[in-house]
Amino acid sequence: MCNQAVSLIAAELERRGIATVCVILLREIAERMRPPRALSVPFPLGYPLGRDPATQRKVIEEALALLEHPGPPPILEESGLRQR
Amino acid sequence: MAEISDLPLASRLFLKAYPWRRIDPLPWSPLRKPLPEARLALVSTAGLVLPGQAPFDERVRGGDYSYREIPDDADVSTLIDSHRSGTYDHSGVQADPNVGFPLDRLHELGLRTNARHFSFMGSLTAPGRLVRETAPEAAEKLVADGVDAVLLIPI
Repeated sequence: MCNQAVSLIAAELERRGIATVCVILLREIAERMRPPRALSVPFPLGYPLGRDPATQRKVIEEALALLEHPGPPPILEESGLRQR
Repeated sequence: MAEISDLPLASRLFLKAYPWRRIDPLPWSPLRKPLPEARLALVSTAGLVLPGQAPFDERVRGGDYSYREIPDDADVSTLIDSHRSGTYDHSGVQADPNVGFPLDRLHELGLRTNARHFSFMGSLTAPGRLVRETAPEAAEKLVADGVDAVLLIPI
């Protein structure tokens, strides 16, 4: 449900001129909903950025890099990180 | 990786049959400036609230679609988990709220963060009021703040 909520909020932001990127835990939901830019991560529910601060920073950097993706949407990329 | 097929049977059946909303037409706003110069805000649906803020209300049918504003200088360690979902392990976010609201991580990366951020509770089986009311309201506030980009985190 959280994956749906972030996708719906992202759409409202993009309609108003703000670029967005969603971290996504359930890829199947992002494929159906199509948030404009999304990073699919290899972590269990409850750990959207992984468990330790270093991994969390890496996921954030991966996600933010998608903000400079030339498009077109929907952009759904797989994280290069492995589950920890 | 989390997959719907890994969830308990009741959740799996519900999610398989759930009418996920397809975003159509698909909006698209390019980033207007290089990332290091962009004003960034965080939106999380991890259901976290600051001490003194009302918890998300479990009694709201379809899920509490309200939001809380979290100042950029908030002490993340004090955030309180009030997410109603039982489908995930809450121990990580309760031990370190940065797991679901990574404001300290954004600061550590030296990013140009907005003065406020937004916390929602993402367990919304009936998201109509989120789409019609609270998501547009929060988005308008971020437009007024001059925010260029938003990172959105589920839990």
